[in-house]
Amino acid sequence: MGNPTDDPWWFSTTDHKKIGIRYLYTAFAFLLLGGIEALILRVQLAQPNARLLSPEAYNQLFTMHGISMIFLYAQPILSGFSNYLWPLLLGSRDMAFPRLNALSYWVFLAAGLFIYSSFLVGAAPNDGWFNYVPYANREYNPGPNIDFLALGMILLGISTTVGGINFVVTTFKMRAPGMSINRMPILIWGTLTASVANIFVIPVVSLAFFLLWLDRQFGTDFFRVEAGGQPLLWQHLFWIFGHPWVYAIILPAMGMVSDALPVLCRRPLVGYTFVALATVATMAIGFGVWTHHMFVTGLPGISLSFFSGASIVIAIPSAVSVFAWIATIWTGRPVLNTAFLFFASFIVLFVIGGVSGFMTASVPVDWQLHDTYFVVAHIHYVLIGINVFPVIGAFYHWLPKMSGRLMSETLGLWNFWLMFIGMNLAFLPMHLTGLWGMPRRVYTYGESFGWNTLNMITTIGAFVFAAGVLVFLVNVFLTLRSGRRAGANPWAAGSLEWATTSPPPPYNFAVIPTVRSRYPLWEHQLRDTPHRSEPYRGLELAKGHEALKSSTLDAEPQAILPMPHASLDPVLLTLGLAVLFVALLVHGWWVALGSGLFILGVVIHWIWPRAEFGSREPPEEEAAHG
Amino acid sequence: MNGEAPPRPLDYLTAQGTHALEVLPLTWGVLIISLLVTAIISVLVVSGILLRRVPSGGPIPPVARTGSGMRWIYIGVGLSTIVLFGTAVWTMRVLAAVISPPAEPAFTVTVDGRQWWWRIRYHETRDTPEFITANEIRIPVGVPVRIRLTSTDVIHSFWVPALSGKTDLIPGRINETWIEATAPGVYRGQCMEYCGWQHARMGFVVVAMEGAAFDAWRASQVLPASEPQNAAIAEGKRIVMTHCCACHTIRGTEAGGSAGPDLTHVASRLTIAAGTFVTDRTTLEYWIRHPQRAKPGNRMVDPDLDLEATRLPAAYILKLR
Amino acid sequence: MAEQASPGGLHPLPVGNISPHSMGLLGFWGLVATEAALFGALLFAYFYSAFGAGRAWPPEGLPTLALSGPNTAILAASSITLWLGERAMKRRGSRRGLALGTAASLALGILFLAIQIKEWADKGYGIDDHAYAAHFYTITGFHVAHVVFGLILLAAMLIWTLRNYFSKARHEPVVMVSLYWHFVDVVWLFVFASLYLSPYLLR
Repeated sequence: MGNPTDDPWWFSTTDHKKIGIRYLYTAFAFLLLGGIEALILRVQLAQPNARLLSPEAYNQLFTMHGISMIFLYAQPILSGFSNYLWPLLLGSRDMAFPRLNALSYWVFLAAGLFIYSSFLVGAAPNDGWFNYVPYANREYNPGPNIDFLALGMILLGISTTVGGINFVVTTFKMRAPGMSINRMPILIWGTLTASVANIFVIPVVSLAFFLLWLDRQFGTDFFRVEAGGQPLLWQHLFWIFGHPWVYAIILPAMGMVSDALPVLCRRPLVGYTFVALATVATMAIGFGVWTHHMFVTGLPGISLSFFSGASIVIAIPSAVSVFAWIATIWTGRPVLNTAFLFFASFIVLFVIGGVSGFMTASVPVDWQLHDTYFVVAHIHYVLIGINVFPVIGAFYHWLPKMSGRLMSETLGLWNFWLMFIGMNLAFLPMHLTGLWGMPRRVYTYGESFGWNTLNMITTIGAFVFAAGVLVFLVNVFLTLRSGRRAGANPWAAGSLEWATTSPPPPYNFAVIPTVRSRYPLWEHQLRDTPHRSEPYRGLELAKGHEALKSSTLDAEPQAILPMPHASLDPVLLTLGLAVLFVALLVHGWWVALGSGLFILGVVIHWIWPRAEFGSREPPEEEAAHG
Repeated sequence: MNGEAPPRPLDYLTAQGTHALEVLPLTWGVLIISLLVTAIISVLVVSGILLRRVPSGGPIPPVARTGSGMRWIYIGVGLSTIVLFGTAVWTMRVLAAVISPPAEPAFTVTVDGRQWWWRIRYHETRDTPEFITANEIRIPVGVPVRIRLTSTDVIHSFWVPALSGKTDLIPGRINETWIEATAPGVYRGQCMEYCGWQHARMGFVVVAMEGAAFDAWRASQVLPASEPQNAAIAEGKRIVMTHCCACHTIRGTEAGGSAGPDLTHVASRLTIAAGTFVTDRTTLEYWIRHPQRAKPGNRMVDPDLDLEATRLPAAYILKLR
Repeated sequence: MAEQASPGGLHPLPVGNISPHSMGLLGFWGLVATEAALFGALLFAYFYSAFGAGRAWPPEGLPTLALSGPNTAILAASSITLWLGERAMKRRGSRRGLALGTAASLALGILFLAIQIKEWADKGYGIDDHAYAAHFYTITGFHVAHVVFGLILLAAMLIWTLRNYFSKARHEPVVMVSLYWHFVDVVWLFVFASLYLSPYLLR
């Protein structure tokens, strides 16, 4: 069978660690692109009546900024961490479906490139990230701009869905023996919750974009009023997806903090059960709040009351997490390294983003706040505060595991303070810009509205923040080239990923560990359980690429699974999909048909029963083989 | 009109209308709660770090389960829940108070959103026939006015922060809101749903007037356009009829287009180009000559006129009071 | 329990994707979940537009059940034949039974497809005529696409059966393909109830 690192081609790997790192690189590249777009926007907005950008250029840039950050960075970067860390956290050899994992990455890359290629023809999407009809429809938007987005989002949806299925099955079936469901790290809870939500809401948004594409290309009337269509249908479909998505791009990040902050506070997380349940509760309520994005569309009072109430209630599980983190600091002994600074400041940024969301949940207040810069400030505290800060902190915490090298703490301090000051300089005053009435999505504004100074401050803050990101990049570069050696467990942490070497071997663990508590490596210090986990003794499963399947709740071993390793199917399937979507974009129907047949062929090859996975009877001549 | 322009025309931390005044205490209430929560959490995080931190350079201490810490969660979440519940109740009360106007509205105005201006139709009342204007709504002080909202093209949003919160204009639907000014004045309005190139410059004004002045204004709006009083103005009218009549209506003349705003009394309005410029000779001439420079993308074509040639039509239009 | 799970494997663990330990089947359940959500969204969109349109829905009058009714029965029958075939393999390891059941389902599915195409051809309106038409053709189109994919899976399964891949103990792909085909049939019941029956009730 061979070693899983023996990939015949670079494209064919199914190693979750390599895929995870590719996710991180790619998502971060989109973060940088989205950041550059933001800086251009901020230069335009620094002064009233500026003429750096035409209205159309501005509209394309703000739209691509939103799409890059929300779809191509925020979720994929978390998929990157989850892909890399999950099997290590779970004490497993790999994800449940290594080939789907590779497919998920390649399709994400293809979708990102597909959407970005719109710049090459000067026709990037231009209707904001939530892309309301009728402005997105053909009559008002005749170019290919929206088609790039519509098709690209469907493609991206495929990636997110297969990734989600993979995470869910991995959670329930690939845990090390003894890692019962109440011993899983919170990152698992976060990504699991996000993945379950994605499985159910991604098809909704993919469908919305498909219907829009039909309206635009084949003259159907889903959203056209004249023929019985409903413009508000778009908003419902989009936000049924959109609001759970917001939680999908923060819950795993919150999970990373819940796992790493206790390590740096030298104690277990306070209120583990509450935090885990709060994660799930947030998403459960999150399915029922989508219309709070539609408070000004003329909904009846009764539904306004319901969705307003639900949107206020959803703050309660967030409060659980916040007080759990604060309690962990107060009852622990915090070690002030760079990662800790990012995680601790995240708590404050989380609260600022939370209370501004609480304000918009109050319907009458939202009638004033809605679509002003107050909401822009809110979304940036949520996305930067609750996603970017934990992510940068997570790099300081886990890059030593991935690379075997420690990041520089000196540069780290510069990195942190530039980002923290830049962030608050840019977005704290922006709340006031909004309270003073500045509409979002305007390419310029008159000088007599009182927003001039605030906008200049925001632009300066944006550049300070960008300088912080630059220091981070330098730090990563220097770390990978010449950082100090990290060793297996530089933070004296308690979870399984620190039981193996840094970087881990291709097979993650020499033996499948056995788990007896939430912190297997801390048991000898905590001494609150008589049992001891066995990180270094257990099943060897040395026969090639094998993994252990365990039971859903208690993680008792059930079966030994031969795992697929290197495979070209994922990359071939992605190529087929990419050709198909380009053909749909340019109306190359015969090419589309051909690529469709090719995709079908790859799928059949993929699922063809194989004796090596035990999914068919072995061929006659090998029947003797044990 | 009267007085100086406010320093921040779209500020909604102050209010001059019944609808907005009803909401204002709630806005300040949740804002103050938010600021307090942020301050308390920040103090807790920072003081926790300062009190508990391991001295820098020291060895990483061993882990220990020092106290359960659960009291933090019980107290913190308990207090949060009380505040959240109180806010929910307060929200419902304010919602119930503003969802319909306090008295039967005096009359109805239909606002039809267009890329990127507002068509305003005053419905017929007992003593006034209906009439059409654009980008400016005049209302009497102290009585609620019903606003019907619809759109001919894409989604827009109607917002006069000093008077009331926003409501969308959605094609195929008629939404309703209401406004009532408590004091005379000029209140800035703005489109708040992204609607394309000139979303930024899709403004309007609401002018609240004393009852008698409002009645006089309304009576004047019903009349057809004034006739030219001299040869120069008549020449200006001739040019306007040739260039503008396909898209604009001037009641009492042959100009009957409907793609652009009704110009019958355009010079009586405080602004032109949907709240973009104060109405005067300079801005009007600039707008006629360079509509694509002033608002790139709008439907009005650059007419290829020199400054001299714009004088006469501008003079005529300024007489349309 | 604890001893049983101890490292080293006191009890030898089964190897490979044997029922009930197939990972592929769990993956197919994930696929079915997300596809169910897709059809849920399609029907949500349909009813949202229907309620918005009020009495003018469907604009062409009530849909006829002349073809769609029998066609529903045909699709339901295809599920039963497949279930019988699968049972033959599970209980008796009968390759012949499975092949017969699969072939019958395949034939019934193709018949369903042909009748559905006839149903489309009989409609007096095109997909771009009005919102109802857009919803009708899109929902049935999505379903037909799933039927086609299901038929391809059934065909592959027939080949696998004839090539003697399966036994009483090892037949996970059969369970997977059956799950998908039953899903396609169950979804049709919802589509049929929404598109063909609900207009009679909501009139």
